[in-house]
Formats: sequence, structure tokens, C-alpha cells
Amino acid sequence: MLLELSGVTKHFGGIAAVKDIGFSVAEGSIVALIGPNGAGKTTLFNIITGTLPPEKGSIAIKGRDIVGLKPFEIASAGITRTFQNLQLFSNMTVLENVMAGAHLRSKKGFIRSFFTFPGNCREERKIREESLTLLEDIGLVETAGLFASELPFGKQRLLEIARALASHPALVLLDEPAAGLNPAETEILTGYLKELKTKGTAMILIEHDMQTVMEAADRIVVLNFGQMIAEGTPAEIQANTEVIKAYLGEDEKIA
Amino acid sequence: MNERHGYKMKLKNHRGFILLLLLLIIPLVAESNYLYSTLVIIGLYAIIVQGLGILMGYAGQVSFGHAAFFGLGGYTAAILTTRFHWPTLLALFASAILPGIIAGLIGRQTLKLRELYLALATLSFGILVHIFFNEGGELTGGPSGMSGIPNLSIGSFEFDSDQKFYMLVWLVLLMLLIGIYNLVHSRTGRALCSIRESEYAAENAGIDCARLKLQAFVFSALLAGLAGGLYAFYVTFISPSPFSFHTSVQFVLMAVIGGLGTFWGPVIGAVVVVALNELLREIVPLLIPGAGGEYQIIIYGVILVGLMIFQPKGLSGIGQYFRIPLKKQLKTDVKIRG
Repeated sequence: MLLELSGVTKHFGGIAAVKDIGFSVAEGSIVALIGPNGAGKTTLFNIITGTLPPEKGSIAIKGRDIVGLKPFEIASAGITRTFQNLQLFSNMTVLENVMAGAHLRSKKGFIRSFFTFPGNCREERKIREESLTLLEDIGLVETAGLFASELPFGKQRLLEIARALASHPALVLLDEPAAGLNPAETEILTGYLKELKTKGTAMILIEHDMQTVMEAADRIVVLNFGQMIAEGTPAEIQANTEVIKAYLGEDEKIA
Repeated sequence: MNERHGYKMKLKNHRGFILLLLLLIIPLVAESNYLYSTLVIIGLYAIIVQGLGILMGYAGQVSFGHAAFFGLGGYTAAILTTRFHWPTLLALFASAILPGIIAGLIGRQTLKLRELYLALATLSFGILVHIFFNEGGELTGGPSGMSGIPNLSIGSFEFDSDQKFYMLVWLVLLMLLIGIYNLVHSRTGRALCSIRESEYAAENAGIDCARLKLQAFVFSALLAGLAGGLYAFYVTFISPSPFSFHTSVQFVLMAVIGGLGTFWGPVIGAVVVVALNELLREIVPLLIPGAGGEYQIIIYGVILVGLMIFQPKGLSGIGQYFRIPLKKQLKTDVKIRG
């Protein structure tokens, strides 16, 4: 298993934001994390990436415990993410955003940067080529020289994904990547995620668009009020009465 | 095609470097000591503001305490040469390194703070150090300072005139500029910018923000200290007054006026602010007979406010009216590639 969570718990005040969460992500698979608003999905992302410390539980990537590591250390262990409310580097170009995302792919530190002419840097040229290729794949290469803030919203979402992929992570956490995309863009995104999966990148996907979820996910984890109420394949989840209750309310019956 | 882009960018920036080299030839044509002493001060300030520009403009961390590092460098050079009779060149190195070490120690804690709180922490540090200069007794010479600092000498060559010192300061600035040019166009420069833009996202992209911010802080303190050491050897006298809070504000002002996050901004800011001060001192009394210092300050303030209103991103952005923006060049290059 690539990522294994067990017993992950976090309270905000008296409220359990996530409680006793345990599931795993196989290498090169897509796990969708669904649930109503406030179910604790983004909190769980923050815990996995080290932004929030969990109170209890263990998180391991490739068998290595990552609880207590700083976010940048978790990134170098192979987990990157996108953000629900975008966190682009607005005053940097689209290309620079992706190149900054590729930070872990090169090594040069402060002092060596000071003493090396940028034109002589092979590492830098490699990163630049790779980043342009990544932008080509995701359909943003024409905008490489624009500032990130100049992109329309849908393309900003794609750019965040490109930036998260630039370090060649083993696992990407995508926080509502299809939110705000039009149907055509959503379709491109779904296709891209599937293609990415065939290349061996695993993903955890928070998504409200059920069509995307059912189409892309190998397994689905359902959260409600911080608790994990179901886990299984898309077909299993669709048939799960707990899930239907959580989404549609106690007394509703599905025809 | 990317090669071509790189080449173009280099050519464009080389213009600035060539201009600087031309400045170094001034001594061959001009003979005014007033000009040299003004240029020495501009050069020293430019060194400090270049460092501050990395910290503020690239890493996005404010400091209102850089006059303290400037002063620490100056006092280090003064104390080591007059009290301990160190060779001047060695004392100059120490005057850069000691403020760097102090920045490393205090930065570890203060850089955890953000924006206003960081500004306040650095400001208090600056005031604290200024008090130390004033109250240092035997060590610092108190409010009246210390005199008798020897001239800087390398081997048997002594920097004993304004002209020689001018060459030295601007040569040091030029070399630092080359290094900073490398830095901001590198992986590290990009990482610094990403901290400014979103520390949260930078951290999640694998950038060790705490470490990088500390490095930028230490780097800026090293440059301020170096400038302080050079200042002490230039003036050969040192007192607390040039290292007050007011000076820290001036440095921030130069960085902002020149343009935060731009390569030439700090040099432009240093030139403009110093030149404006000097010009107003000359011109205002001619225009308004009998005008006192307060008129200068008012006009100075009005000009600065005007600059900030009409050119909020700093003076170095003015060039955009005269040439194709860089991002457009890049766009066409990318098109050619695709």
C-alpha cells in the first residue's frame, strides 16, 4: 500500500472534525473522498499533508510514518496537493508556478545559486523543459508567459494541478478540482486524471460532482460529521443505505 | 528556442551592468569630492537595499530594523580596529559576519511572525541595538561615538581618498549585483518568490520556507553589515545617530520606491532617495529664499507620496512604457517552441 491511515482523529474545540479515520490508497489508484459540506474532507487533507497535526492515529507512506513531519518534508516524501480555494503564486508566470512546483526536482541551495550563472545551469534547463511539457499535456502551454492571476478560473484550477504534479509525487491530493469548471473542462480533467493514473500516480480526490467521482474513482470513502460511514467500490457505495441517508436525509426513500 | 529567450533576457539585463561599469569611469572625468561622497553613500545604501530587497521584495518579509545591522557592521569594524588593532581587511569581513550571525540567532524566532508583527519585532530589535550603541560606555563610546578608525588598506594599498573609496564601494556593489542576479534567476529565487505569494502553497510544494526565510534574513544582514563596515572605514568616525529607526525607514522606503521584487529597484531607490534629499537641500533655498529644513521635508514627502500614487509598483516599472514586457517576449517564444 502506498498510503495507510488508521485511527486518525482531530478535534476543534469540542467538535470531532475527523474521528477514527482509517483507509488506504493503493499505488496508482484513485480514491474519492466524498461527503456533505463540513464532513471533514479538507481537514483530513490538512492532516495528511502535515498542515494540521492529528491528535491520534498513524499515517504512513510506503511504510514510513509521516505524523509530525512538516508539510515540506511530507512533500518530499511524495505527497503534494491542490487547494479548494486556490493558492496560486499569482504574481509569477504560469511557467514559473510549475517550475516552483518542481522545486524538489533540483538541489541548488542559496549559496550555490548566488555563485552560479543562471545560463550555465543544466538543472534549470531540464526543469524548464519538463515544466513546459507538463503545461503542454494539461493544455496551458500557450499561456506559459502570462501571470497566473491573468488566467480564467478554470485554467487556474488546471494550473494548480500541474504545479502539484511537477515534483513527480507518488500521491496527489486534489481538493475539488472540478469545482467551477464547465462541463467541457470537467470532461478534459476527468480524462487527464485517468491518463495520469495509468502513468502510476495515485490520487485522493475530494469531489462533489458524482459523475466525475463514479467515473474516475477506484474506491470511494464517505465521510459524514467527521466519521467514516462507508468505504468501497463505486458500485458498492451507490447501493449503500448509510450513504443515501447521509446525502438525502433520514426519511427519504429512493425510488 | 528557450536558449534564444535566455539570451535575450541576458542582453536586456546587461544594459544595466554596462551602465554601472560606465559609472565607474566617472573618476576619470570628474573631480568633485562632493559628488564622490554622495556616490559612496548611494553605493553603500544600494548594497543594503539590495539585501533588504531580497528579504522584502522576494521572500516577502518586512524588516524595520536593518539600520541595526548597518550599525553593528560599522561598530564591529570600529571596535576591532581601534580597540583590538585588527588588520582593516579582516575587520571588514568580521563586520559582515557578526551581523549575519546575530540575524541568524534572532531570525530563528522572529521570522515565525507575520507581516505587522514581524515589522514590530524587527523595529524593536533596531531600537534595542540603537540604545546599546548609545549606552555602550567604554565599548561603543556612548553618544559621542568613536574616532580614529584607520583607512581601509589591502596590502600596501590604502583607500585614503573619496575617489578611491567610490571605486571600491561600486565595485563591491557590482560584484554583489552579479551574485544577486544569479540568485533571483535561480531555483532559490523562484522559491523565495513563492513564499511571498503563498507560504502555504510553497510549503506544500516541498519548499522549506522557514529555512529559506532565515537564509534571506541572514543574507540581508550580511550585506547591511558589510556596508556598515565600509561606512566606518570611509568616515573613520562612528556615532549612534546614523543608525537610528529613521534610517531603517529610509531603507524600506528605498526598496519600495525602487520597486519590490525587481532586480534594479533597490539601486534605483537608493539613487532616487539620496539624490532627492541632496537636490532639495540645494534647490529649495534657491526657490524659496530663507526656507528652512521643514520646507525640504514637506516637498520630499509630497514627491514620495506622488511617486507611490502614480507608480505604486516602484520606479523600476517605468521601463515598461518603453519596451515590450518580458512576459510577452516569453509568450512568443513559447509559441515558436510549440
